[in-house]
Amino acid sequence: MRRALGLFAFIGFTLFLIAAAMSLRPFGEPVHTEMDDYFIDHAQMEASANNVVTSIVFDYRGFDTLGEATVLFTAVAGVLMALRRKGVKV
Amino acid sequence: MTTVIIKTTTKFLAALILTFGAYIILHGHLTPGGGFQGGAVVASGLALLIVACEGDVIMERFKRVPLSALESVGALGFLGVATLGFMGYTFFRNVIANSGFPLFGDPTPPGINPGYLNTGGTLPYMNIFVGTKVLAGLTSIILVFYLLLEVRKDE
Repeated sequence: MRRALGLFAFIGFTLFLIAAAMSLRPFGEPVHTEMDDYFIDHAQMEASANNVVTSIVFDYRGFDTLGEATVLFTAVAGVLMALRRKGVKV
Repeated sequence: MTTVIIKTTTKFLAALILTFGAYIILHGHLTPGGGFQGGAVVASGLALLIVACEGDVIMERFKRVPLSALESVGALGFLGVATLGFMGYTFFRNVIANSGFPLFGDPTPPGINPGYLNTGGTLPYMNIFVGTKVLAGLTSIILVFYLLLEVRKDE
């Protein structure tokens, strides 16, 4: 019974994935390009950086980088707390 | 793991890797790369140095390097630079850009240009802080794993 249920769920999920892959937009035709065009046109003058990726990561979407830094901090704190030896300072 | 090959290779490669990481961090607003990637490169160079030494030597050397303090300085400095945007604007606003601040404050020449290092506003500062944070964090993780390996070998 459980096995049949698992098989049914597997087939259903596979069909869902195939349907999702069939309905993807063709490569090279994004839905909205206004934001991309804005970044490409204005990033150099507004953030005064030649590298548009850095200006997006640290300026326009700084909160993403803040979350990423938080994730790294949490990972390091967890590893240090779980694995450190007694009496050793890192 | 400390064979002659690893020791000799590390002597030549470590300096190059650390210099390349510093270059990636400092030129993050001009060329591909940035704080996170440069910090990872520096951490890989430090991992090479860790692997090429004995455990006691490593502990002696890293006793004077405050890795957790460096990580905290990176995180708090990143937040502090982001808070600079509250001077009349919003959080994460690039206030130093195009303002004529002596370091990294010059306006960018428009159009395609070869890259002028003294631009970018707060972006280079954030790159430096994030690079410090990432190199300290990854190096401390690698160091703890290495010390754990030493413990397993002793038992």
